[in-house]
This record gives sequence, C-alpha cells and structure tokens, in this order.
Amino acid sequence: MTYADRLENVAVLGAAGKMGSGIVLLTAIEMADLGLDTANGCRNFALHAIDISEKALSGLMTYLRDQVRRAAEKKTVWLRTIYAGRADLVENGEIIGQYIEDVLTVVRPTTRLEAAFGAGVVFEAINENLDLKVKLLGQIRSRHAGDPWFLTNTSSIPIHELDKKAALGGRIIGFHFYNPPAVQKLVELIRAETTLPELADFAAQYAKKLRKTVVPSRDVAGFIGNGHFIRDALYAVSEVQRLAGDFGFAESVYMVNKVSQDFLIRPMGIFQLIDYVGLDVCRSILRVMNERLAGGHLQSSLIDRLVEMGITGGQFADGSQKDGIVKYEKGRPAGVLDPDKRLYVSFADIAPRADGRLGDPPSAAKPWKTVIQVPNRTAYLDGYFRELAAMRTLGADLARRYGLKSRDIGLGLVRDRVAEREEDVNTVLLTGFYHAYGPVNRYFDGEDTP
Amino acid sequence: MNKRRRKVFMTAGYQTIALGTGRKEFNPTTPRPGLEDYIREAGQGTLKQIGGGANVDEGVISNFMAARFNRQGNLAALIPMIDESLRWKPSTRVEGACGSGGLGLITAIKSVLAGTAEVVLTVGVEVQNTVKAIYGADILAGAGWYRGERKTGHAYFFPSLFSDRAGAYFEKYGRDKTRRAFARWYRNAVENARLCETAQEFHNACEDLETLGLTEPNPRNFVDHLNVYDCSKVSDAAAAIAVASEEGLKRCGIAGKDAVEVLGWGQVEADLTMPPADLTELETSKRAVEKAFESSGVRREQLGTVECHDCFTISGLLSVEAIGFAGKGEGPDYVLEGKTSRGGEIPFNTSGGLIGWGHPTGGTGVRQAVTVWQQLTGRAGKWQLEISPKKPYALSVNMGGNDKTVVAVVYKRAA
Repeated sequence: MTYADRLENVAVLGAAGKMGSGIVLLTAIEMADLGLDTANGCRNFALHAIDISEKALSGLMTYLRDQVRRAAEKKTVWLRTIYAGRADLVENGEIIGQYIEDVLTVVRPTTRLEAAFGAGVVFEAINENLDLKVKLLGQIRSRHAGDPWFLTNTSSIPIHELDKKAALGGRIIGFHFYNPPAVQKLVELIRAETTLPELADFAAQYAKKLRKTVVPSRDVAGFIGNGHFIRDALYAVSEVQRLAGDFGFAESVYMVNKVSQDFLIRPMGIFQLIDYVGLDVCRSILRVMNERLAGGHLQSSLIDRLVEMGITGGQFADGSQKDGIVKYEKGRPAGVLDPDKRLYVSFADIAPRADGRLGDPPSAAKPWKTVIQVPNRTAYLDGYFRELAAMRTLGADLARRYGLKSRDIGLGLVRDRVAEREEDVNTVLLTGFYHAYGPVNRYFDGEDTP
Repeated sequence: MNKRRRKVFMTAGYQTIALGTGRKEFNPTTPRPGLEDYIREAGQGTLKQIGGGANVDEGVISNFMAARFNRQGNLAALIPMIDESLRWKPSTRVEGACGSGGLGLITAIKSVLAGTAEVVLTVGVEVQNTVKAIYGADILAGAGWYRGERKTGHAYFFPSLFSDRAGAYFEKYGRDKTRRAFARWYRNAVENARLCETAQEFHNACEDLETLGLTEPNPRNFVDHLNVYDCSKVSDAAAAIAVASEEGLKRCGIAGKDAVEVLGWGQVEADLTMPPADLTELETSKRAVEKAFESSGVRREQLGTVECHDCFTISGLLSVEAIGFAGKGEGPDYVLEGKTSRGGEIPFNTSGGLIGWGHPTGGTGVRQAVTVWQQLTGRAGKWQLEISPKKPYALSVNMGGNDKTVVAVVYKRAA
C-alpha cells in the first residue's frame, strides 16, 4: 500500500475537539492535495470526522471553512498551477473558493464509529482516558475487514499499552501534535517496540508533508513534552507552597507565575499554561504518569482539589480561556484564585506589593514576543542571564532556582532515555511550547541546585 | 495641435494620508474611512484654498476600480457631494488603471485649454484595503488584458509582470548590481517618506532598509524576481488639485507664486493586447516624456525634481532610463551613485513616491501633481528641496498598467 493508498480513507476520532479539529484540518488538506495530483485522479479521498456531538461537528465545519480559506490564501501561487486546466476558474477568489470546496468535500462529519471500519488510517484524538481509547481502538480493530493503522495523539499514555490492551498487533504509533495543531510546528513521534516499521515510515512521511518538526520520544508515560511540563508545573506548585507561609497563597501564585513568564522570558506564566492545558487534563496526565513511573511522586493535591471544586481551566467552544487558578478578563490574566474563599483576588490588589517583593526584572528584560524576534537571540540571552545571575533580589533568586530546576528536568529526561539527546528536549520546548531557549542550557551555571 | 494656446496652472493641492499597512492608524479589523470620506476630504481641502466650490466650473474624478473595491460606480456624481455649489455643474470620471490620475489632469487641462472651464477641481482616489491583497490582485489585474492574460497569469498578477521585467533586466545587465539598486531605491523611498507626514511609510522605523530591501525573493509565496519591499503597498488615499486658467486663478484670488504652470505634456497609449516589445524598457513612458519635453521646450538637464511611477523598484529604475538620465542598462549605477536621492543630481519622488508615500492606484497621478506643486511653491515642509533657478522645472510621469497608459507633465512655478 502506498502513502496515497493509506490516506484514501481516513477516520479521525474526537474530530471536533481542540486537537481533533486541527488534525482534521491538516489531514483533509493533505488528502485534498493528493486528490488534486493528476496521478491520484481516480481516487475518492474521504475523511470521516467522528465525534459524539452533532453540535460540535457543525462547529468543526465552520472552523474548517475558515481555516482552509486561510491556508488557500497562503498557497494561491501553487493553487493557480493546480487548477490551470480549469478554464472556468480565472480569479484567485474563484480558485480559492474551489479549493475550499475540494477540501470540504473530503470531510464527512458523523457521530457513528462505524464510519471508521473501512479506514486505512485511524487518527485518535479523544480524551486522555486509557479505557475509552482501548475500547474504541479495539472495537475498530475487531470490526475492521482490512488492516487499519492507528495514530494516537495521546500526550502521556504509553503506546505499547494501547497496542496490547486493544490488541492492535503493532499497528499503532504515537503522533503527538501540539495545540493548536495547525500552528504549532512540533510533532512528537513515539514508536512502541512493537510498532510496525512501515507504519513508522508512513508517519514520518506524513509529518514531513505537513511540514512539521519531528522529535522522536521513547515510549515512556508523558513522553518528552509532558515529561518536562508536568514536572515543571509541579515544581511551580511546590514553590507556591514554600512561599505561601510568608506571602499567602494568592500572592505566591502571582509571584511564581510572574517569575516564570517575565524573568524567564516564557510566552506565558506557568499557572496560565496549566489553565491553558486544563487542570482536568493535567490531572489525567499526572495520574497516567504517576501510575507508571517509579519514584516520581507525580501528584498534586492542589490540582486534585481544584478539579473537584469544578475549576478546570481549558477553553470555551469559541476558543476563549476559562478561569482556572488564574482568572481571565478579555483573555488576559486578571486575578488569582483563593481556594479557601472560592473567589478570585484581583491582580490590582496583589501586584504592587508582590512586585515590590520580587524586585524589577533585569534591566535588559524584553517581552518574550520581542525576544523571539531579536536577530541575535543567543547573544541577547547571554547578556540577559548574566545580569540576572548577578542580581540579589527575590525575583532573581526564584528565577535562578526555576531555571535550574527546568534544566534538571530536561537532563533527567535524557538520563532516563526518554529523549535521545539534550537537543531533542530543547527542540520540544522551543517548538512545542514556544520557549525562547531550551531548558538544557548554561544560563544558570555557578548556582546551587535548589 | 497647439498645447499652449492658453496658459494652464495648477494650484491648491491637497492629499489625505495614505492609509494601509505601516501606518499606525491602520487596523485591518476595524472600520475605516470609505471612498466618500476620502473624496470629501481631498476635494474640500482644495476648495478651501480657492474660495469654495462657487469658483469651480467643472469637476474631474480619477479612479481605477471603485466598481470592484467599493462596489461603487458613477463616481462623477460624487463630486457634488464635496460641496453643494458643485451640484448641477459638469463632472467627469476618468479611468486608465494606475494612470487614471494622469488622465484626470489631462482632462482638466484640456477643458481649460478649450476655454470651456476656467477652474476645474480634479480629484483622484482609490480605497483598496476593502479586500485582502490576494483578492486585490484579481481586481488590479484589470489593468492588464484580462481576457488574454489573467488565466495564465500569476496569483500576484501585476507584481509578476514587473518581476518578469526585472528577470529580463537581470539577464541582460546582471542581477547583483540591479538588486542592490532596487534596495537603494527602496531606502530612498522610505527615507523620503519619513519626512512627509501623510506618507504610508512615515512611521517606518527600520534601521537598515537596504538589507531589508535585499531580502531574497521567494517564488513559492510571491514572485520570482521581486520581494515585497520592491513593491508599492496597498493604499487608501485621495488627492485633489485645481487646474485653472489665468482668469481662473484671478477668480480664486490665487497669486502666481502659489501656482505651478503646466508647460507641456505627453499623453500616450499603447495597445493593451500587445505584450511589450522589450521587457527592459518602458517604451510608452519614454514616448510620453519625449512629447512632454518637446511641447514644453524644457530639457532634461533643466529639471529640479521628478515624480516617477515607481509602482515597483524595477519601474523606478526603468523610469530613470526612460526619462534619459541613464542609458539602457545604466540605471542601477545611476541610482547606486546616489544621483536620484534627495541630495543627488536629480531628486526623484521627494515625498516617497509610490513605494514610500503610497499608491492609491487611480489617485496616484493627481497625488504626483500635488507633490510637484508643494515642492515648487515651497510648501513641502520637512521634505522641501532647494529649487535652483538654474533647474526650476519638474516632471511627473504617471503610468497605467504594464506601461500602457502614460501621462507626463512638465511644470514650473508660476510668476
């Protein structure tokens, strides 16, 4: 079976979800492009977008129409060559309109799992729930007349477990996109020991066609991305607990969040990131990792407690951020939760005092968005962190401890052979988390390990 | 044919800001002024300086594609909207793609020459940010031969036509130096625009413009031989100027020193359905300039400033050659030696030109006349040149399409 044979009939499970919709978008475009290639003229490409919610599927189609237009506007130069034989399509507008039709024609939204029973490739992007994944994948495998390949978007569950429990016989590989898949360049590729080599080849080709940056991760719960993120988040929580005695919970959250964003030049503060991922999702990942990794103590009573209180973070259907540990106004952080009182304390009430305690960031500080565009980023960062190292403020102290911990986590992933190389850890953080620098660096040398 | 049977003047120029990417006021997602707002602002800006609409006999409005950008036709009837006293007076809309403004000037000049009007209000306008650039490219492609060329043409139709000219030029005269000249042209344009508050690039703060200008073209996303800095941007703007006879100036209470005199012009059309004979030459522009020189009796060496149609850096370069400042293939040296810059031998496009000031397609020709009027009558503010008495003349060249509709005008400050 060729690459195009495999992609002729595809099913995406959880198609209308946050990750699923992006996967449908990218895959439908890839399939439509294959269909426009004269060599594949006789094929009928079909992508079954499977989800439990009719309403969400309707939202998916609206999302796709909008996103395919954007994609088409960016590749009109190429599309004009593809539709050169169509005398009725003259203007860019007409060509773009036709391309949107051609991509959407590939997508078949449905709530019926049976639609996957003829698929050559099944992309799984449902909740991070092992039992549910096993049930659905197993069902498709057993009811399928042919030989489907499974790509799972799990961000934490070991692939060999899914393979074994769903009896897939090595027809599965981890293909972990980052959120949102249409934008984030990174894909973590996770081969189980049993994964069929030809499936691994297909996955590599598919990632290349999607122009993704591929980082291989060993098949260990959490992989590289969550292997770092979860430990990073737990460290932030432990710092809050350490500081809370002196400064109170809300103020400590504010400080650690600020240090992780402004002092460490990250795109968002760590508690914002936890809310962005979703507290409930974080808890699921924690459970998966904690049950499988020896001596990790990967748990957080704070996150458990908040989820039980119904505070989940994540996004609304329109993509806007839900409140979590942090409260958001117009998408910007505006307050911190006081779990005892079950209300949010406004940043305005905390910031002046907390900022005074932290002290100013280094004078060379620039916002993350500016730093990632600085022409000579390495030289800039060298100077910035040299300045940070010489500072004797609470903020600088917290930042150094944090930076060292982040490096420690990165090195641990290499030591545990989750990542083959330090560079892979850095690539994941640079391209999947949009950090301005990788965690394995020398910016915090000469300091004591926290 | 007597182009000078009566003296013709221009005065009371006005230009709106050129709105589009680069201007701090521009936000593609928020509502912006429309066609009527630009026409009204520019028209009233001129009327205020000439004693109001009662002094105007006739209106001319130049525009390229409002029918598609703004779904608006019958633009002649927007002239009376500028001022109540323009109602029931004649008004004409003219169109010649990006040369519309030049045609508007000529239409007004001819009315004055014919003696059927003493004062003509001439407005040029285009509001193009109503669509994204990729769809705007479809609309602008109307300046080419649509039926014969559009289907086989590039997504970015006009940039591609001029990219082909750049490619041919590279092949004939060398790529490296030519690309460096493009980058210098870009730098000159932006540096001039930074001095002119209404220019689209007025806010441009890039420190190293030539390096930016040297960005390697990316054929995958754009065209083969030009990058985006080689191209004028998408602009919304209008400009207006009064074209008048001696009697008209008197009626408006305008002193000679506040007007420029039109000494001669050239108006030339090429066949839209015929490809250019030589891609490395702007033959139509060359012919129009020759006619303008001939009718005015002014020589190239007597020019103190030039407004050329640099819709792309390559068209700027080819204009230098078409006007005769440099021989064929020598334009890059001429530009790289700094001769076209503000302090050079012959300052080109002193308020930024199409690349720096902006290119409201159908309005550009009128804007060029306003720039010349400002420069020659000492109204250019920070971008004012010292006009030497030895070189008191100015030339504007406005081009429509791929060197198809061209109007060149020679001016001098009136006494």
